[in-house]
Amino acid sequence: MTARAPSGLLASLPGFGKRFGSIIVLFVVWEAVAQFNLVDPFLLPALSDILGLSVTEFIQGDLGQLVLNTLYRTVAGFLIAAVVGAAIGTAMAVSNKVRWFCEPIVSFMFPIPKIAFLPIFVLWFGFFDATKIIMAAVACVVTIISATYLGTRGIDKYLLWSARALGTKPHKLFWNIIIPAALPPIITGLQIAFPICLIVSIVAEMATGEQGLGGYMMYHQGLGSSDKMYLGIICAGVIGYTLIEGLSWLRRRLLSWHTESVVTV
Amino acid sequence: MTTVRFYTPLAIVILIWQVFAMGSVTAGFMPEDMLPTPTQVIAGMWHLALGGDLAYHVGVSVYRQMAGFLLAAVVGVSIGIGMAHFQWVKTTIEPLVRITYPLPKSALIPMLILVFGIGHNSKIFAVFLGCLLPVVLSAYNGTRGVESQLVWSARSLGTGSIRMLWKVYFAAALPEILSGLRIALAISYTLLISSELLISRAGVGYLIQTFGEAGEYPRMFAGVFIISLIGFATDRLYVNLMNWLLRWREQEA
Repeated sequence: MTARAPSGLLASLPGFGKRFGSIIVLFVVWEAVAQFNLVDPFLLPALSDILGLSVTEFIQGDLGQLVLNTLYRTVAGFLIAAVVGAAIGTAMAVSNKVRWFCEPIVSFMFPIPKIAFLPIFVLWFGFFDATKIIMAAVACVVTIISATYLGTRGIDKYLLWSARALGTKPHKLFWNIIIPAALPPIITGLQIAFPICLIVSIVAEMATGEQGLGGYMMYHQGLGSSDKMYLGIICAGVIGYTLIEGLSWLRRRLLSWHTESVVTV
Repeated sequence: MTTVRFYTPLAIVILIWQVFAMGSVTAGFMPEDMLPTPTQVIAGMWHLALGGDLAYHVGVSVYRQMAGFLLAAVVGVSIGIGMAHFQWVKTTIEPLVRITYPLPKSALIPMLILVFGIGHNSKIFAVFLGCLLPVVLSAYNGTRGVESQLVWSARSLGTGSIRMLWKVYFAAALPEILSGLRIALAISYTLLISSELLISRAGVGYLIQTFGEAGEYPRMFAGVFIISLIGFATDRLYVNLMNWLLRWREQEA
């Protein structure tokens, strides 16, 4: 009987192994390869060295500040794109004139690599925060526009008619019917757009070399201190993970009433 | 004709740009170099094309993009189908996908330059790594979602396992795989231009960066619009190819 009631820690082991097993193996192999000098430590420093370095870089150095700078630029650009994108997307769904004007522009802008505009933005706005924030916003605004447009266009007509027939006032119609119905596609658009936003804001920092995580990585790559460069990559991953998880949390929070939150796992 | 009519607003924007650029320069609102007019940009494109270098740099960029993208398509589809079929592949790959997904792939560019140098390979790998996960995920989701009735009927009709993989699983997952590849296509150009802008000796991104540094802004704008047009044209071609490959599906809809 005791065998059937293992301790809590052991009970969670198989699931734990399944979820993290290959990550642990990867890290162990990485560490072993570096410790036994199978690969030039310049190209692949030991994981333990990089993590040890993070202590000094965060406490004595200003890496923490750089991470915060990157976070600020990315989030600011993303929020601007979210507001502008949701507004234009909704306007396209509501008004024929706006749709006529915006649809070809959106469909042209959608597949082009927005990062190519970086040198133009540097020319117009200089090397500082404005360029990076605008670049991040431009990179993801089109995705948000088209997700919002496709989503709001599909709002159930019967829902609107019933609400109107029951005498709902226009401003209530907007807040109680249109916004809740448009929210799921808008948030989907935000979730698709975010990784692009982060990719581009890191590149913008690398190219302009200003105080930020991207600049830090390029600087240390140039100096040949590859361990710090790897530390930068890990920090970028942690930023990405935190913000992507934050968006999913927001989705669960805002859409707790929605059927999808019951269905999805 | 309908296509031309559809893109009218784009022409209006270009016209506004022309008028605004000319007006702001004559009004002294902006230095002349900061905003070239569309006509100057087109002249810049023309000069670039005549110079002979343009074809070379476009060729380099397209080669890097296609190599990375196709590599990611083949590897990604194989991994995705493998994950859907074999539990051990899924157990191995899934945690790795989970931790590498949130990493902005552009953060790997300095490392790739360190490992592969500043030539073709670092750019091809940047494109490859950027495209891989969307392809893996779409192939995995597409294959996993294949209706079991299709599988049962094919099996009872005596379909062999290799034909099964190709004719049933791959065909049924194709729509989802193709839409994943379209996302990957857009990402491929972003990573290509990013890595070319940062450190390179050839390619359209390099061209844009060099003209920017030299202060030859009409040509820099020309480079930006050339790569935009390439990205746009590739996407259009891809959508047509996708519709052609999925022409058997129209009867369903």
